[in-house]
Amino acid sequence: MQALHQKAQELLESGRAKVIIGYGSGSGEKVRPVFVRNIADAPKLVWDQRCRQNLAVYLAKPEIKKMGMPAMVATPVVVRSIVQLIAERQLKCFELITLVIENAVVSELTDNAALEAYVANHPVVFPPPVKKEIETLAAMSVEERFKFWQDELSRCFKCYACRSSCPLCYCERCITECNQPQWVDVAPHALGNFEWHINRAMHMAGRCVQCGSCNIACPVGIPIALLTIEATRFVEREFGQHAGTQCNSPAALSSFRVEDKETFIL
Amino acid sequence: MDSQFEPKILAFVCNWCTYAGADLTGTSRIKYATNVRIVRFPCTGRIDYNLLLRAFAQGADGIIVSGCHPNDCHYTSGNFHARRRWMVFRQMMEYMGIDMRRVKFSWVSAAEGAKWAEVVNSAVADVRELGPSKAFQAMAREVA
Amino acid sequence: MTSYSLTHENLLKLIVAIAVPGREVYAPQRRGEKTFFAPVADVKAIGFDYVKTAESPKDLLFPKYQKLISFEYKGAELEVNDHAETPPPERVLFGSHPCDAVALQRLTDFFSRDIADTFVAQRRDALTVISMSCTKADADCFCTSTGSSPGDTTGSDILLTPSGEGRYYVESLTEKGEALVASQRSLFGPSAPIDKEACLSKVEKKFSPEEIAEKLAGAFGDQIWNDASLRCIGCGACAFVCPMCSCFDIQDEGSYKKGARVRCWDSCGFSLFTQHTSGHNPRPAQSDRWRQRVMHKFSYQPQQYELLGCVGCGRCSRACPADMNLKEQLIDIAAKVNPV
Repeated sequence: MQALHQKAQELLESGRAKVIIGYGSGSGEKVRPVFVRNIADAPKLVWDQRCRQNLAVYLAKPEIKKMGMPAMVATPVVVRSIVQLIAERQLKCFELITLVIENAVVSELTDNAALEAYVANHPVVFPPPVKKEIETLAAMSVEERFKFWQDELSRCFKCYACRSSCPLCYCERCITECNQPQWVDVAPHALGNFEWHINRAMHMAGRCVQCGSCNIACPVGIPIALLTIEATRFVEREFGQHAGTQCNSPAALSSFRVEDKETFIL
Repeated sequence: MDSQFEPKILAFVCNWCTYAGADLTGTSRIKYATNVRIVRFPCTGRIDYNLLLRAFAQGADGIIVSGCHPNDCHYTSGNFHARRRWMVFRQMMEYMGIDMRRVKFSWVSAAEGAKWAEVVNSAVADVRELGPSKAFQAMAREVA
Repeated sequence: MTSYSLTHENLLKLIVAIAVPGREVYAPQRRGEKTFFAPVADVKAIGFDYVKTAESPKDLLFPKYQKLISFEYKGAELEVNDHAETPPPERVLFGSHPCDAVALQRLTDFFSRDIADTFVAQRRDALTVISMSCTKADADCFCTSTGSSPGDTTGSDILLTPSGEGRYYVESLTEKGEALVASQRSLFGPSAPIDKEACLSKVEKKFSPEEIAEKLAGAFGDQIWNDASLRCIGCGACAFVCPMCSCFDIQDEGSYKKGARVRCWDSCGFSLFTQHTSGHNPRPAQSDRWRQRVMHKFSYQPQQYELLGCVGCGRCSRACPADMNLKEQLIDIAAKVNPV
C-alpha cells in the first residue's frame, strides 16, 4: 500500500493525473470507491483482497470525465473492462493511467499491448459458489431452468443496480428507457423481468468481462451474473471472441464469419 | 394433447427469399397447414429478437424465422448477422427455460416452394405436440 | 394499550392458528444470505434472529407492480375492470421491526393526503401488523436519529418484546390487535411488568431530524453534494428497499384487445427520472439527484407534510453497491453544513 500511496502522490504532484480512482475504507469492514484529488488524501487508498468491485464503471461518468486525466487502481477485472471499452471505441489507452499492483509493486500499463498482456496473464477466475451455480444450471432441464429463473426473477423489482454497476452498460438511454416503441415492459412483473434480463444478456454477449459486479450489486440476491456470463461464454465457444482480451476486436454481434457454424437452421 | 388445439404460428420472413418462396408454394398449389401468419421483413438482419418475445407474449404458440441462404442475402450480409443473433438468442432462451423447439429457423429461397410447405408443416406438427405455450402464458398472466 | 405475556411456543401456535384460508401471513424467512418477508408455509422457517430484511414490507401496502384499471374485448363486448373495486386479501405481517411499522404508518398517512389513495388505504385496512421489538441492531441502523426507537409502538397493531426465558411481553395497541388476541385468548397469559428498555438493543442517537432539517434549509447550493455523490451509480436500489420511498411510474401495457394501466416503483436516482419531453432535465447530474433524495426525506417532506421521510432502518446503506451510507452522510451534513 505504501507503494500505491507514493505512486498516487507522484501522479498528482506531477499533474499527470487529476484524480486517482481506487478503493478506500468504507462502512464497517467494507471498502468503497474513492476519488483522490489532493496529495494529502493519497494515504486513503487501500489495496487488499476486499478490492473486488469493478471501478471501471466510473470511467463513463460525466462528473468523473470532467475532472481530467484519471488514474485507476486496476484489478484484473478492471483491466479487462478497460480493454473492452477500448475495443468499443469508448476509451483510448492514453486517456487514463492504468495502475496495476503485483507483489507490492505498482506499475503502469501504458499501451494496448501491455493491457492485453496483463489480461492474458490473469485469466477469469470464478469464486467457487459461482462455479457451482454454473454447473448446477447447466445440468438442469429446460423446465427446471424455467422454474429456477422464474423463482429468482420474482424478486427483481427493476432497480437496475445490475445495469448501473456494469462498466459495459454505458448507454445514455437504455433500451428500457425507450418508449417509441416500448420494447421492454417497464413494470417488474414476470414478463417485464424476463424481457429485461434477456435483453441485457443479449446486449452483453461477447462484451461481459465476467467481473460479477452485477451479482454483488443486486439488493435481493439474484445470481444475475449467470445470465451475462452464459451469453459471453457462448460467444467465446462459438465465435472464438473473448471479451476484454483484445483492444482491437470487432463486436461479436455486429460482425460475423462466413463459416459460423450452427446446428438448428433447417 | 388436446386434439382440438390448433397452434398459432407467426412467421417472420425476408421479402426476397422466403416470402417469394411462400408465394411459389401458393402458385404451385401445394397444400400446407393454415396455422401460420406471415410477417414480411426486408431482410432477416432486420428481425429483432424482441419481436419474437412480443409474439410469444401476445399468444403465439410457435414462431418460424426464415430468410435467404448464406451468401445469397439480397443485402449481402444481413443473414450472417441474423445467424449469429439467432445462435445467441436460442442459447439464452434455453438457458432461461424456454423450449426453443417452438421456434424454427430456416433458409428458404425464392425457388423452394416445396421446402416452405415442409417447414410450416413440421413447425405446426411439432408445436401441436408441445401444446399451447405455457411458459409465456404464465408470465403474461400478470400483465393484463 | 393492553398488555399480555406469550411464550415462544404459544407464539408459534398463534401464527399457525391465524394462517387460515383467506388470510395470508407474511413473516421473515431466510433465503441464502438475506432475509425476506414471505408467505409462511412452515412456522419453523420463520427467522427470529435477523437484523433487517433485504426488502421492506411496503410491498404489502404499495406493491412493486399494481394494476389500476384493466380492459379486455370479449368479442365485441368491452369489459373494464377497476381494480380499486377488488378488495385485497386479508393479511397479517408478522415479525416486522418497529422501524418498519412506523414506515407503514407514515406511508399510509402520506397516501391519504389530499385525494386519498384507495389502493393503499384498502391494503392497510386489510393488514394486521404484529411487530417484534429489536434486540439486535447493526452499524447501519439509526432509528433513534429519526425520532423512533427499537421498541417504538407506532404503526403496530401488536408489539412483542422478547423479555427473556422464551417469553414475550405483548402490547396490544389497536382494535385490530385486540381482536386478534381475543381470537386466540387462551394462548396469552397475564403480563408482568418488565423493564422494556432493558430488553431492547441500543442504537446510539447520532443526530436529530430537526438538526438535519435546519442544516438542509440553506444547503441547496452547498458544495457537499458534489463529493458526496461521486461514487453513486444512479441505480434504484436504495429507493426500492426503502420502506418510505413512494415514487411511482404509470404505464399502459398490453394490446388493443387486452390491456391495463399499471403503476410500478420509480426512483429519483434514475438519470431520466425528471427528463422532460422537451429533452431538458432539471436534475442532470448525479449530485442533483443525490441532493434531491436527501432533501426530500429530511427537508421537503417534513416542511410540506410534517412527515419525516426516513425511519433509520438502514436498508439503503446495506443495499447500496457503492457504499453511499446515508447515516454517515447525514452525520457529515450535521457536522459540515452551515445553517442558514
